[in-house]
Order: sequence, then C-alpha cells, then structure tokens
Amino acid sequence: MNTVPTLSVDELSVSFAHRTGTVEAVDGVSLRIAPAECVGVVGESGSGKTQLFLAVMGLAGNASVRGSIRFEGKELLRAAAPAINRVRGSKLTMIFQDPMTSLTPHLSIGTQLAEVLVCHQGLSWGEARDAARRMLDRVRIPEPQRRLSQYPHELSGGMRQRVMLAMSLLCEPALVIADEPTTALDVTIQAQIIELLRAMRGEAGTALALISHDLAVVAGLADRILVMYAGRIVEDAAAAELFRQPRHPYTAELLKCVPSLSGPRLARLPTLAGQPPQPGDALQACPFAPRCPRAADRCRSERPALMGASTGQVACHFPLP
Amino acid sequence: MRGFAGDAIRRLRANPAAVLASGVICAVVVATLLGPWLNPNNTQTLDWLHVAARPGLQSAHWFGTDRLGRDLYARTLAGTRVSIVIGLVASILSILVGVSYGAISGYIGGRTDQVMMRIIEILSGLPLIFFVIFLTVIFGRSESLLFISIGAVGWLTMARIVRGQTLSIRQQDFIAAAVASGASSGRIIAKHVVPNVIGPVIVYATLTVPQIILFESFLSFLGLGIQEPGASLGTLIAEGVGEMEAAPWMLLVPGGFLAVLLLCLNIFGDGLRDALDVREG
Repeated sequence: MNTVPTLSVDELSVSFAHRTGTVEAVDGVSLRIAPAECVGVVGESGSGKTQLFLAVMGLAGNASVRGSIRFEGKELLRAAAPAINRVRGSKLTMIFQDPMTSLTPHLSIGTQLAEVLVCHQGLSWGEARDAARRMLDRVRIPEPQRRLSQYPHELSGGMRQRVMLAMSLLCEPALVIADEPTTALDVTIQAQIIELLRAMRGEAGTALALISHDLAVVAGLADRILVMYAGRIVEDAAAAELFRQPRHPYTAELLKCVPSLSGPRLARLPTLAGQPPQPGDALQACPFAPRCPRAADRCRSERPALMGASTGQVACHFPLP
Repeated sequence: MRGFAGDAIRRLRANPAAVLASGVICAVVVATLLGPWLNPNNTQTLDWLHVAARPGLQSAHWFGTDRLGRDLYARTLAGTRVSIVIGLVASILSILVGVSYGAISGYIGGRTDQVMMRIIEILSGLPLIFFVIFLTVIFGRSESLLFISIGAVGWLTMARIVRGQTLSIRQQDFIAAAVASGASSGRIIAKHVVPNVIGPVIVYATLTVPQIILFESFLSFLGLGIQEPGASLGTLIAEGVGEMEAAPWMLLVPGGFLAVLLLCLNIFGDGLRDALDVREG
C-alpha cells in the first residue's frame, strides 16, 4: 500500500474500570482501511467491534483508550476537541444502529441535515437546505422537499436510517462507519439500505467500515472482512477468500451457523457451543480455546498473535489449511 | 402550530380550571395596566378629608383609603403590578441562569458536575432571610437588589431540574449522533439538549412566579423589600395588618389580590404541567 491509509489504528486498547478490575473491551487491535475500501467487521455481541469504532469516533465515553488512531495520517486520539470536530461529521462519519433514536426529536429533518453543512462547510442555511434536499433525493427518499420540514417522528424507521445515511454523506466523507445499520430494520428495508450503501461506494470513493454480526449483510458488501473475538482481531482476509476458505476455527464455526436456503432442512439451527470468555478469564491462553474443536495444550498456555501474509492474517496456532 | 405545542394548547383548553385561571390572571394584568386611567386617584396624594375611608363605588375611593388618606385602589393596582413584574423578572433570571447552569453541569458530568452541584447545595443551604438582610445591610435597600437577591436563589431548583433532565438526555443516541457529526459541546447543549428540557422548564417557571411573588411580599412585609412611598402587595398587607380591627379592608383588598393571583398562577401551572405531560418524580 503506497497511499496513506484512510484509517490506521495501531495497538488500540479500550478498557473500562470495573469493580473487579479493568475490563479490556478492545485489546491491542491494529488495522488499516484504504481509501474507497469496504471493510466488514464481524463478531458476536461483546466482541468489541462497536467499542473499537466508537473509540475511533471519540465516543468511548469514560473508557480509557490507549494506542494510536490516525485518520488520513493525522493522529486523532490526542488531538484537541476543535480539531477532532472538524473531521468528525464531515470526513469521518458514523451511522448508528437505531435510527429511531439517533435523530434529535424536536428539530426538523432539514434543520438537522443543514446544520451539518452550516457547521462544517460554512454554507448559508438556504444553500445548506438545498444541498440537504439533493442528498435526500440521492438516498432515494420520496418527496425530499416535503421531508425537509418534517420531524423525525413523522418518518418510518427505514426512512430515518436513510436520513442518517444522507447526513453521513453530506460532506463527502473519506470514511463512513456503519454500526449495524440494518439491525433495527425489517428485512425488506434492510435490503434497500444495503443496496444504497453499495451504490454509495461506487459513487464517491468513500471507504466504509461495516460493523455487523450478520455475515450475510457483510458478505454482499465488504472487500475485506475482519473477524473479532474477545476484543481482538482473529482473522483478517479478503471477503471471497474468507467465505471460501476460513482459516481461523472461530470463523469456520461461525460460517457453519449461517442457515442456508438451498441445503437440507435442519431440525435445529447449528450453534456455537460454549460462551465467549468472561472478562478476567485466563489472559495467557487463546480466548477461543475452550470452544475450539482444534484446541491443543499450546492453545491453553500461549496466546496466538495475528500473523500471516498480507492477503490473509489469522491469530491461531493451528489454522485451518 | 402543530405537533407538540399544538397538542399542549389543545389539552390546556380542555381544562376548565386552567382556562378560568388564565382568564383571571389576564384580567388582573390588564387591570394593573389600565386601572389608573379608570380612577384618577394616584398612589401618593393624601386625601385629608377621607382618611381611612370605607370602600364604596359611590365615593371617589373605590377600595377605600389607608390611614394617611391614600387611595387604596391605586395603591393596590400599583402594588400588584410591582409584584407581577418582580415575579416575572426574577423567574426569567432564574430560567436563564438555572437552565444554562443545569444543562452545562449535566452535560459535562463527572467532576465538574459534582463541584457545580455542591455549589448549589451550599447556596440552597444558606438561610434565605439572613442572606437578604446581609445583602441589604451591605448594599442598602433598593429594588434592583431585591431582584438580585430573589433571582440569586430562585435558579437553584431550576438548575437541579434541568441537570436531571440533561443527564437522561445525554444518554440518548441522538446526542452521540450529534457528537459524531462534529458539533461542539456548546452547540449540542444549546441546540440538542436545552430544547428537549423546555417542557419541565416552562412548567416549573409558571410555578416559580407565584413562589417569587409570595417571597417578595414576605420580604416587603418584613420591611426588607419595596420601600415607602412605593407599594407592593407585601407592604400593603403589612400596613393593613396594623389596622386589621378598625379598617379590615386595608388588609382584605391587597390580601385578596395576592391570594387570587397566587391561586390562579398555581392552577394554571398545574394545568400546564398536565398539558405538557411532564412527569415529575
């Protein structure tokens, strides 16, 4: 990679103080996202995928964040608030999981969208509303002019998520972080939003970080997929490669759990046995070892690092071939 | 108007007590503004022929006169006006200070919040009357001092209410979304937090006005507020108490105005609370 990566995260840890000690939600994660690349981040609940990107946005709250987050080469983690605010919302944006609660209820759609442009690009309110209307049209909201003066409660969930998407795209961002953008929506609406995200990538050359626990959503969009487990990246591979030939046993087990339409009817959906590690469980071992069909003694005494060629990295002592 | 405000007004209209109360409040306000034109007596002229005259529509003094022969009708209306103005100004002051203080404290949170809330607790722990006496001793008696001392205390509860609301609003996703959109803390507080606490603020403000009117009357009754020859309902009641047995109207007229005004403001505030559907803990 010769160009400066859009997002470059090094040794990032996010930890919470807890009465039993500190809990590492994200544990020394490093990743790169190239311009116009679409990276899917998958993992089960509590794997740290959301915390990782909340930390990137500076939304980690009272968690302590260590490491380095560089956006287009500039360090964000120790930057002053005005510098971060110039980037946030314009070049680096985020779409949240629940569109029902992500819009300020007492401001009209037009005001909320225009505010972004007024703040970041210094447009007048009139120009900003025009731009907002064009953007609503681009995310295929019918009657965009009328929507501008409507309030969030007058729109359906799918429409609100489109408004959020429009808001995130207003300033032609370099990276959009989408945190489970379709989880709170109906399946049909979900498909429309995914279609929209796909179209958006083609149009503006925006990089996309798609956080999801739904492999199907990620499969259709991502160029590269990061699999997270217990606060770490356990596999990093091209999307096609990962689905064809998972290297980490966790990824393989995860893929087995995806129900298939064409396969034989199963009495029960396959599941992954066991529980993810609790905070404070043996830090020396591979966190997946207790659930892993391939676990050996080494897995219980030595933690595997993420290693491998640039095409695919895996954190496992005994990766699948 | 549609949506929230429209709904609230419709609900308020459906409440006959609140409508009646707001009508009476409006009538009192109009009377204090127009009253002096209806009856030409002014507040300070001494009518030596009618000292402590009984009230009556046939005489020149509709509400009678006090023991110096001053017209009680003119003085009561002037006093009511002073009380209402003090109530409004001090309430506005307490809204401005209380809302910004509470919103900042609640939004920033953490140690700042702790320190700001301890300051409020210290201030609300001060005995109010001593505080006012202390101020009047240092700065002398004046109306502006009255505003300041009442306003200085009136915002404390408002700040607490707003802080509590802000704490819950701060947890909502749309605040995180606003932060993620690059809005500064000041902008988020002003545009995304404060408008969301406006319901409780309005309700509490309408309930603050009668409290402050009562407090001002109390101070004036003790001789710490409005000074002669000016009048507020408190000073008039204080004068009336002295003549209670011989000339009960001197107490009953300003006392009646105060009671009716406070009752109506409280009923209206309650109605507004129901209409805005503010849940109080």
